[in-house]
Amino acid sequence: MSKAYWEHYSHPADMGIRGFGPTKEEAFTQAALAMTAIITELRTVEPDEEVEISCEEQDEELLFVTWLNSLLYEMATRRMLFSKFEVEIENNQLKTRAWGENIDLEKHSPSVEVKAATYADLKVEQDKDGNWLVQCIVDV
Amino acid sequence: MCAERLTRRSECEWYMEAFGQMRVPVIIYADEQLIKAMDEKVCEQAANVAKLPGIVKASYAMPDAHWGYGFPIGGVAGFDPDEGGVVSAGGVGFDIACGVRALRTGLTPDDIEPRKAELADMLARRIPAGLGSRGKLKLSRQEIDEMLQGGARWAVEQGYGTKDDLAHTEENGRMTGAEPRYVSDHAKERQKDEVGTLGSGNHYLEVQKITEIFDTHSAEAYGLAQNDIVVSIHCGSRGLGHQIGTDFLPRMAKAAQSQGIELPERELACARVNSDLGQRYLGAMNCGINCALANRQVLTHLVRQVFERFLPEADLVLLYDVSHNTCKVEEHRVDGRTRKLYVHRKGATRAFGPGHISLPRDLRKMGQPVLIGGTMGTASYILVGTEKGMSLSFGSCCHGAGRAMSRKQATKRWHGQDVIRTLAEKGIIIRGASKRGVAEEAPGAYKDVNAVVDATDKAELARKVAKLEPMICVKG
Repeated sequence: MSKAYWEHYSHPADMGIRGFGPTKEEAFTQAALAMTAIITELRTVEPDEEVEISCEEQDEELLFVTWLNSLLYEMATRRMLFSKFEVEIENNQLKTRAWGENIDLEKHSPSVEVKAATYADLKVEQDKDGNWLVQCIVDV
Repeated sequence: MCAERLTRRSECEWYMEAFGQMRVPVIIYADEQLIKAMDEKVCEQAANVAKLPGIVKASYAMPDAHWGYGFPIGGVAGFDPDEGGVVSAGGVGFDIACGVRALRTGLTPDDIEPRKAELADMLARRIPAGLGSRGKLKLSRQEIDEMLQGGARWAVEQGYGTKDDLAHTEENGRMTGAEPRYVSDHAKERQKDEVGTLGSGNHYLEVQKITEIFDTHSAEAYGLAQNDIVVSIHCGSRGLGHQIGTDFLPRMAKAAQSQGIELPERELACARVNSDLGQRYLGAMNCGINCALANRQVLTHLVRQVFERFLPEADLVLLYDVSHNTCKVEEHRVDGRTRKLYVHRKGATRAFGPGHISLPRDLRKMGQPVLIGGTMGTASYILVGTEKGMSLSFGSCCHGAGRAMSRKQATKRWHGQDVIRTLAEKGIIIRGASKRGVAEEAPGAYKDVNAVVDATDKAELARKVAKLEPMICVKG
């Protein structure tokens, strides 16, 4: 039995994001939701517009951070927030479809901008039951 | 444990002998209370920095130090390229050259008080702030490259500010060695409409009043007196700086091994100064510094426009502009000889002492103005660099209060609305932020800035000149 969920965890300067799931893909997805949830209430973001993102790295930890930073780039340049993701990972190559909408200050009341995902406290791990945990500190 | 190895060398200096793979000792400047409250991780991270190649003298932490990523926030380290020294993208951080500038106004609280709310509204309307905000400037690729090379000087050439502003900005408003060709298209894309925006998080624009003068002589030289109104701007290099960090960190993390560098952790990603990657990063990071300088210069212009309309008798004169997250080439005396070092300051302020050649003529005799931002609703300080600080910490000191509590803890503890109300009762107007953002930045989530500044003063890293209390705070 396992389910997918995300959480924030405390870091003195910044914020930690953590995703759990029965698959690596699901854990990645949950972590991305956790990142959006730093900025705004997730439920306020309608998954109206789709964006495709792909990236690759030499290992899965680097891949996780590079992917989060690719999402941040799309968010910054498109002025969007994302609330739904579909992730495919194969051989440390990642393809995502992300759904969201344009930032609306009234509706989303964003509390803070995420500057970057960092390598601090970085983990991509599978436990003995096969569930995945991914996490890192993001700079806000 | 790391902190247990610290021995006290004087009231505000704590020392840890090098052990294991450390090449130099760790020195933390703080009083007993600050050191007791300091995160264990500060010591551990400072010790990790001490393991990097070419580090000189010591790995330092300032009184406001807290757990960062890679370097501690409040970390200072100098590297000698002739000894294999490195430049670290992690040691500069993502908000390259985030910093503070302070402007004298020639006003007193009596000029502001009657129209304070109106002024706050006008500033909040005219200064683009918060997530997704766009600046009024839309730059082409060509113009971005010019901005990245020209810094605040570029902004002044475009009509945003005066030549005198440049003289009172670090590097005379323009960092040399900026190489726009090493800045990615992604980074440039993120900046095309973000020049002249405040950003978010702990960034702010404040109207402050001077409530205490500690050093009349320096205050006079800085043109500051009790009851003067000062405007302070705290912001950085925006999306461009973040993207430069994002671009270079993985490259450095991957290249470290081939350069024979053993990284204590990935976030300390670095490259030899004398390597292609090291030079590329420096060229790009210097662009990041210029971007931050241009940004604060354009914001200064916007603030001046508001005051011109509102209080035409005001004359906004730049006292000084300091950057917090940088790596700069500086000459320092080490072991009796002058050496060219790559000094990283991660959440630390340059604080050069009297007579330093890089200071503007009218301030050189006195020493550099050091601007310490408080938190929303608490005091800020102006200090002056000391001769002693040059040898204590490569002329560096604290940069602010430093967080004591995570954002998550803060939102559990406070509600934005209550924080705004409490501050309003003290006569402080907050504008521009979301309620959750305000809770995350609640004054109680930070260390006591007074204690941090007192320890800085006692350690003689810099000397207190004036204390400023906020009247209006426009949050990013």
